[in-house]
Amino acid sequence: MNGAEFSEAHDGTGDGTGGVPAGGGADFGRPPRIPLPRASVEDGGQPLPAPADPPPAAPELSHDVLKSLLGAWALAACSAAESLAVEAHLGDCGACADEARRLREAVGLLHQPESLDLDPGLRTRVLEACLDRRPARIPVPAWAAPYDAETARLDALLQDIGDAEWHAPVRLRWFDGEAAASRRTTVAGVIAHLLSVDGLVATALGLDDPLGENRAQGPAARTEAFWQASHFPPTRAVRVPWREQSHRLVQTVSFTGGTAGRLGVSYDDFELPLHDAMLDRAFECWVHAEDIAEAVDYPYEPPAPRHLRGMIDLAARMLPAVLAERRRAGLAAPGQAPHLVPAGRPGRSLRLEIEGNGGGEWLIPLDSPGAVGSAEFEVAHVALDDVEFCRLAAGHVPPEEAAAGQLGDPAAIRDVLFAAASLSRM
Amino acid sequence: MAKKDVPPRWDRKMQQRLARGEAAALGELYDRFASLVHGLAHRVLGDERAADGITREVFAQVWEHPDAYDPRQGPLRSWLAALAHRLAVQRLRATETAALAPGDSGSPRAAEELERKVRRASVAARADYIVHSMPAPLRAALDLAYFQRRDYRQTAVDLGVTEDEARRRLRLGLQLLSTAHDAGTPPGPGGGL
Repeated sequence: MNGAEFSEAHDGTGDGTGGVPAGGGADFGRPPRIPLPRASVEDGGQPLPAPADPPPAAPELSHDVLKSLLGAWALAACSAAESLAVEAHLGDCGACADEARRLREAVGLLHQPESLDLDPGLRTRVLEACLDRRPARIPVPAWAAPYDAETARLDALLQDIGDAEWHAPVRLRWFDGEAAASRRTTVAGVIAHLLSVDGLVATALGLDDPLGENRAQGPAARTEAFWQASHFPPTRAVRVPWREQSHRLVQTVSFTGGTAGRLGVSYDDFELPLHDAMLDRAFECWVHAEDIAEAVDYPYEPPAPRHLRGMIDLAARMLPAVLAERRRAGLAAPGQAPHLVPAGRPGRSLRLEIEGNGGGEWLIPLDSPGAVGSAEFEVAHVALDDVEFCRLAAGHVPPEEAAAGQLGDPAAIRDVLFAAASLSRM
Repeated sequence: MAKKDVPPRWDRKMQQRLARGEAAALGELYDRFASLVHGLAHRVLGDERAADGITREVFAQVWEHPDAYDPRQGPLRSWLAALAHRLAVQRLRATETAALAPGDSGSPRAAEELERKVRRASVAARADYIVHSMPAPLRAALDLAYFQRRDYRQTAVDLGVTEDEARRRLRLGLQLLSTAHDAGTPPGPGGGL
C-alpha cells in the first residue's frame, strides 16, 4: 500500500458541480436501488409538518438543479417538494440514481469523531519507546524535558476546548511581596501571557521576539504590551504562535549542547541561567494550565514526579536570594549575622521537607545567599506536600495559610514561607 | 481537520530532522499527528489500549526509518494515516484470527466473516480520515446538515453563503466521503507499504 487511498481531499472549487466523478453513467435504464432515507422527521423529536394534503406536486426542476440537490437530498436536508422531485427524477436518470446511491451510502459513514482526549501520559511512553529503539543523536536536554512535556499537555487541553471557552474569564494570581495580587484576563489572554514571557527565552537564544519591535522588559510589562498591541482581546488564534515558539525553543536548546546552559535569560530585575529559565517556564506553563483548566472546568494533573521535583528544586535554590532581597527591603527579619557568613561556608539553615512523589529535602541557608545550607546549624523545619508547595510558590496560596508542618524558629519559618510566595509574579 | 495548510516544505524538513536523529522533531511529529493516528487505530480496533499500541508502533517505525517516507509521493499526513491504517488492520486480523476456535480458522465462513469485518473497519477509518482532512467549508456544511439537522437553506444562512453554494458543498462533501468505499481491502501481513 502506498498511501494513495489516504490522499488529501481537495475542494473542486469553481466548477459548481464537484470534483469527484460520481459513479459513471453506464447503467441507464437499470432500476435504481436507493437506500431509504436515514431517518424520518418523526424520529427527530421535532414538530411534524402539517399533513400535506394533497401531497405537494413535484416542482418542475431542471436536470442541473436536481443534480445539485442530490447531496442535500441524501442528507434529508431539502424540502418535501424537492425530495419528491429528486426521487421522481431518479427513476428516469441512471447517472443521478447512481450518484444518489453512493451519496446515501456515504451518509452512513458520517459519525461523531473519535474522542480526541489522548491520555497525556501516552506521549511520554511513545517517545520513550521510540528512543529505546533508536537513541537520539540530538536529544532534548534533561533540563528542557519538563518544558517539552508541560507545553504538550497544555496544548492537548487547548485542542479540546471550544471557541467560546477561549474567552472564559481567568484571574491571574500572584503574591507581590506583601499581599495577594491579581489581574483579570481570559483563556486566550493567558496563552498570550505565556507567549510573551516565553519570548524572554526566545530572544536570549536569538529567536524572533513575539513582541516584535516592542522593547518592553520583564514578564508583566511584556504581557501588558502584548495585550495592548491589539485593539481586540486575544482569541484562539494565539495558540499557533505560542505552540510554534515553544517547539522552536525545545528544538533550539537541543542544539546548545553543554555550554549554553550558562547563557543568561534576563527577567529584567533578575537573571536565570538558561537551564533554570526553561524549568521556570515549565512551572509557569503548568500553573497557568491549571488556571485555564479550572476556568473551563476540565481536570488537570500535576507534572510527572521527576519534573515536579526539578521545579521544586529550582524554587528551593532561588529562596536564599529572595530572602536576602526581602531583608534589604525590610520585609524579613534581619539576619543574625548576615555578614559574618562568608560565601561557601555553612550558615543558619531551615530544613525544607517536601512530601509526595516530587519531593525531597533541602537545607535553605537563611543569612546569606552565598552560605551553604547546613544540618549542623538547622534552626527550623518545615514540611509541605509537593503540590501545595508549588501552589505557594505560584502565589496561589497565601503564605499564612500554607498547610505546612512547622518546627523551630517561627521567624525563620515565616520568612521562608513569605519568600516562597514572593517567587511568584504575574 | 487540518488546522491550517501545511506546506510540503514542513514535511521535507521534518523528515530531515528525524533522519538527523533530533528528538525534538519526534516530539513535534507526535504533537501534530498523534490524535490522527490514534483516532484511526481506534476506529479500526475499537479498543483504547490497542490503539495506544498502534500509535507507539507508527511513531517508532517513522523514527527508526525516516527514509521510508518519500515527500515526493505525497504529504506526510497521508503517509502516516496509511501506515496507521495498515498496522491497525494487521492487528485486527491477528486478534480476530487468534480468537477463532481452533477448528474454525480454516472454514470459509469464518474467513469471509473476518474479511467483512476488516473491510467495514477499513472503510470507517478511511471515512474518518476523509472527514478529518476535507476542506473546512465542506466539513462545516456536513456538520450542520447532518449533526445539527439543518436543511440546506438554513445551512446556507448559517454559513453565510448562497443556497446554490450550500447544495454544492453538501454534494461535494458526500462525494469525497463516498470514496472511502473505493480502495480495496488493505493487504494482510506481508503486504508491502
